[in-house]
Amino acid sequence: MSTVTHPAPAEHGHSPFLQHHFREMKQQFDAAKIGMWLFLVTEVLLFGGLFVGYGLMHARHPEAFMAAHHHLDKVMGATNTIVLLVSSFTMVMAVWSAQTSRRKLCILFLILTLLCAGTFMVIKYFEYSHKFHEGLLPGKYYTHHGDTVPGQFMFFSFYFMMTGLHGIHVLLGMAAILWILARTIRGDFSSEYYAPVDITGLYWHLVDLIWIYLFPLMYLIS
Amino acid sequence: MSEAITHNGIGHAAHHADYLEDPKGLWSWLTTLDHKRIGLMYLWSVLTFFLAGGIFALLIRLELLTPKQTIMTAEQYNRVFTLHGTIMVFLVIIPAIPAALGNFVLPLLLGAKDVAFPRLNLASLYVYWTGALMALSTLLLGGVDTGWTFYTPYSTTTGGGVTMMVLAAFTLGFSSIFTGVNFITTIHKLRAPGMGWFEMPLFCWGMYSTALIQVLATPVLGITLLLLVMERVLGVGIFDPQLGGDPVLFQHFFWFYSHPAVYIMILPGMAVISEIIPTFSKKTIFGYKAIAFSSVAIALLGFLVWAHHMFVAGMSLFAGAIFSFLTFFIAIPSAIKVFNWIATMWRGSISLEAPMLYAMAFLLIFTIGGLTGLFLAALSTDVHLHDTYFVVSHFHYVMAGTSLFALLAGIHYWWPKMFGRMYSNKLAPLACALVFIGFNATFLPQFVLGSRGMPRRYYNYLPQFQDLHVASTVGSWILAAGLFLAAAYLLASFRGPKNAPANPWGGRTLEWETTSPPTTHNFEGQPVLQHGPYDYRANPAPVGVHEHSH
Amino acid sequence: MNWFRDYLLPRGGATHAGDVDGLFMFIIYLTIFFFFFNGALIFYAVKRWRRRSDREVTPHITHDTRLELIWSFIPLVVVMLVFFWGFKGYVRAWVAPNDSIEIVATGKKWVWQFEYPDGTRTLNDLHVPVNKPVKLVLHSEDVIHSFYVPGFRLKRDAIPGRYTELWFTATEPGVQQVFCAEYCGKGHSDMLARIFVDTPEQYETFLREGDEQVRKMPLKDLGQLVYENKGCATCHSLDGTRGQGPSWKGIWGKVHTGTDGKQYTVDANYIRQSILQPQAVVVQGFEPIMPTFQGLLREREISGLIEFIKSQE
Repeated sequence: MSTVTHPAPAEHGHSPFLQHHFREMKQQFDAAKIGMWLFLVTEVLLFGGLFVGYGLMHARHPEAFMAAHHHLDKVMGATNTIVLLVSSFTMVMAVWSAQTSRRKLCILFLILTLLCAGTFMVIKYFEYSHKFHEGLLPGKYYTHHGDTVPGQFMFFSFYFMMTGLHGIHVLLGMAAILWILARTIRGDFSSEYYAPVDITGLYWHLVDLIWIYLFPLMYLIS
Repeated sequence: MSEAITHNGIGHAAHHADYLEDPKGLWSWLTTLDHKRIGLMYLWSVLTFFLAGGIFALLIRLELLTPKQTIMTAEQYNRVFTLHGTIMVFLVIIPAIPAALGNFVLPLLLGAKDVAFPRLNLASLYVYWTGALMALSTLLLGGVDTGWTFYTPYSTTTGGGVTMMVLAAFTLGFSSIFTGVNFITTIHKLRAPGMGWFEMPLFCWGMYSTALIQVLATPVLGITLLLLVMERVLGVGIFDPQLGGDPVLFQHFFWFYSHPAVYIMILPGMAVISEIIPTFSKKTIFGYKAIAFSSVAIALLGFLVWAHHMFVAGMSLFAGAIFSFLTFFIAIPSAIKVFNWIATMWRGSISLEAPMLYAMAFLLIFTIGGLTGLFLAALSTDVHLHDTYFVVSHFHYVMAGTSLFALLAGIHYWWPKMFGRMYSNKLAPLACALVFIGFNATFLPQFVLGSRGMPRRYYNYLPQFQDLHVASTVGSWILAAGLFLAAAYLLASFRGPKNAPANPWGGRTLEWETTSPPTTHNFEGQPVLQHGPYDYRANPAPVGVHEHSH
Repeated sequence: MNWFRDYLLPRGGATHAGDVDGLFMFIIYLTIFFFFFNGALIFYAVKRWRRRSDREVTPHITHDTRLELIWSFIPLVVVMLVFFWGFKGYVRAWVAPNDSIEIVATGKKWVWQFEYPDGTRTLNDLHVPVNKPVKLVLHSEDVIHSFYVPGFRLKRDAIPGRYTELWFTATEPGVQQVFCAEYCGKGHSDMLARIFVDTPEQYETFLREGDEQVRKMPLKDLGQLVYENKGCATCHSLDGTRGQGPSWKGIWGKVHTGTDGKQYTVDANYIRQSILQPQAVVVQGFEPIMPTFQGLLREREISGLIEFIKSQE
C-alpha cells in the first residue's frame, strides 16, 4: 500500500561503464546530456555578461570602437572562423564514428579536430603578438600612438577579455578532446557507450558558436 | 508498509555498516563520492564559518555599543563588517541548506543512491574549500573594506586584498554552479520509479528552484567579478567613469546575480519547512502544487527585479516604476506559501518537537521579513529607507533569520538520520526561544534605527541612536547564547547511544524508510514509490519503534 | 496614533514627507496586523489540534482552490495599492519646479561641498530658504556617495561621471541632518552635513554676508577661498606666471603703468577699484577682459582678497 523496497534486479550484463547509482545506461547517458546542457547554459551566460558589457560600451563610444576595430586583421579572423567551422564538422563526424563503433575513423576525426583547434590557436598567437607589438593592449597598458579617436583602449580591453576567455575555452576543449582521443585509442567507446564523446562534442560546438558571434562583433563593426 | 521496511530495508541492514563507519579513516572521507558524506563535510564547514561570521557579527555589535571607538578603529570596523557579510553570504547561507542538507537528503528523498554526478559533487566541495581559503587569505593581504557588495569605483580604488576576495567569490560561484547542475540533473533523472514530478517531496521542488537560480545567475556574477578583477589589474575602464565607463553598470550586473541569490538563500529554507510542517502535523500538505509552483515562480520572478536595489542610484522614473511593480509580485507566492503552511497545520495532529518549534519560529520571522519588504519595494518609502538600518534589518530577517531557523529546523529534523542519534528534547524549546527572542531583540530595534534615519555601514553615529544600538547589541548576546545552547545539546548527543529509530518523527517521505544512519548506498535495492510524500490516510507508521539491528 | 509615528520617524520637514509617512504608517499597521494574524492562527492551531495520541487520524485535505484564490487575491490587491501609493509619492518627488533654486552639491571623501547660483561655496553647511523649492544637482569627485536627509525623506546617490538630481521644499525653519548613505570608506560615518532651513530674513543675511563659517574666518583665509572659488585663479597666478591678468606674486605695493600711461600703486583702494570697476585702470600689456564683481562679492570678501593679495610675496 505504500513504498516497497525490493532487492536490486539481478545483474544482467552491465556495461563496465555504468556507474553504481544509475539503473541503466540510458539513464546515465541522459543525465550526462542534461548536465552538459546546463553547463553550456552557464557558459552562454558567462559570455553573455561580456557581450552585454561590450554592447553598452560600444553604444557609449561608437566612434572609438569603429576606429579601433580597423586594427584587427579581417583575413585572419575569417580564416579562424572557417577553421573552427571545419572543426565542428570533424567533431560531428567523430561523434558519429563513435556512435557507430568506427574506432579508427573516430581517432582520425578527433585528430583532425585537434589540428583545427591548434591552427586556430596559432593564428590567434600571430594576431595577439602583432597587437602586442603595436601597443594595442588592454586598459592601462595601451600604448598605441597616432589614434585619431580617444578611448580606443576600451575596445581592446574587450577584445582581449573576450577572445582571451574564448581562447581559454579552446584550450580546455583541446584538453577534453585529447582525453577522449586517449580513451578512444584504448577502445572505451562503442555504440553501447559513447556519452563522453557526445558531450565533448556539445562543448566543442559551443566554443565554435561563441566565436561565430565574436567574429562579426569584433572584426566587422559597421 | 512497515512490514515491508522491516523485511527488506532494516532487516538487511545488519549486513552493511552505516555510511559513517564504512569505510573508515580520514582519507576515505576526503576522497568519498557518497553524497551523504559530502553533505556532512559541507555541513561542518558551513557551521565552522557560521561560527567565524557570527563572531564577527558580535564584534560589530560590540563596537556599536557606543558611538565613536568602542573596541576597534574605523578601518578595522570596515574590514570586520566586510568579512562578516562575505563569509555569511558566500560561505554560509548560500551553501548551508542546498549543499549541506540538500546533498544529504535530496537523493534519499528521491529514492536514489546518489546524486547524478558524484565526482562533480566532491569537486564542488573542494572548490568551496579553495574559495574559503582564498577569502580567509585576504586577512593576510591587509583585509578588504568594500562591503560584500564590492561597489565600484570604491572597490577599484581601495587597497588591500580586494582582488583576492573577488576571486574567492568567483571561485565559490563555481562550487555553487556544480551543486546546481547536479541537483537539476538528479531531480530530472534519478527519481525513484513511480515518482512523478508531483509525487516528489516539496523539498525537491525547493532545491530545483534554487538550482535553477544557481545555474542561471551565478555565471553572470562570475563574469561581473572577473570584470572587476580586470578593472583592478588592467584598468579596462568599463566601470571607471574617468575612462569612459559606468560605475552604476557594476550594480546592475552585480544585482542581476545577487538579487536572485537572495532567493538561493530563502527557497531552501522554505523547502525544509514544507517537509517539517506536514510531518509534525501528521497531515498531508495543503496545496502541494501551489507551494511547488510558487517556488519556481519566486525563482523566475527573482530575475526580473534586480534594479530595486538602485531606486536612488539615478535610474529613470519609468525603470523605477517597472522594477517596483514587478517586485511586488514576489509577495504573492510568498504569501501563498505561508497560508498553505498554516492551512496544513489546521485540523492536524500537531506535536511540538524541536524541528516543529524552529519551523514555527521560521513562519513568524518570515512574516516580518516578507512584510517589511513592502516598505522597500514601494518607491517613495524606499527612497527614505534605502541604505539605512531598516534595510539591514529587513535582509537579516529574510536571509539570515529564515536561513538560520530553517537550517536549525532541518538539522534537528534530519539529525537522527544523519548521525543515528537522538538529542535531548528538553533543552530544545529553551534554545529555540532564546534564538527567537535574541534575533528579534537584535533586529527589531534596527528597523526603528533605520526609519529614524540611521544609515548602514556606519562606524560612528549620532548620540540619539545609542539606546536602540544598545538594545540591539544586548539582543545579539541572547541570540548567541541560544545558538551555543543548541550546539551544546546537539553535540552532546554524540556521547549518547547510536539508537535513533529509522523514522523517529513518523515522516512519510523516503528517507525515513531506510536505517538511521543509512548504509552507503542509501537503500537496500531500489525503492519504488507507491504513495505521495505526505499521505497520512493509512494507519501511520509506528512512531519511535526502534528496529535497528546491532 | 501620532506618538507611534513620531517614535518611528523623524519630524517631517519637507512638503512630500507627508506622502511618505502616510504610506510608511500604512505598511507598518499592515505588518503588525499580519504578524499577529499569522501568529494567532498558528497559536490557535497548536492549541486546538495539539497531538494527544499517536493514533490520531487527520483529514486528508489536499487543497481548496477557492480558499487559495482568496489568499492570493487579497495580497495582490494590497500590494498593488502599496505600489501605486509609493509610485505616486515618487513621481511627485521627481521633477523639480522651474522656479527652484539650483544648488550644486559635490560629494568627495568625506565632505559635502555646495555651490550656489551666485558662486558662493560652502562646506558641509547648506542654507536654503523655507517654503521655496530647492533643486540639488549631485555629483561626486571620487566614489559613489549618497545624499540623505531623513527629515525630508529624501536620498539620492552622488555618482562620479554623471549628475543626479534631488529637490525639496522645506516647510519648517531649523536644522536638518544630512548623512552620506552610500558606503565610501573610512570617513563614511563622519561625512555629515547640515541643512539650515532659513527664514526669508535669515536667508537674505546669509546671501549678503555668507554663512557663519565665512563670517568668522580670518580675512586672509577668506581671501584665499574667494580666490579659489570665484574664478580669480583662472587669470591671476600666484607664482609669477603670466596669465590673462597680472600675477599676484609680489604685486602688493608695486607701481603699474596703465594703458592711459599713468602710474598706479597697488594698494587697498586700487585693488578695490580693480574688482568693482576693472575697466577703470587696465595694466599695460593686458586686454580689458576682466568682468566686474560688483554685487557678486560681499564687503568682507573684498577685504579678504586685499589681505590675501597683501600676503603674496
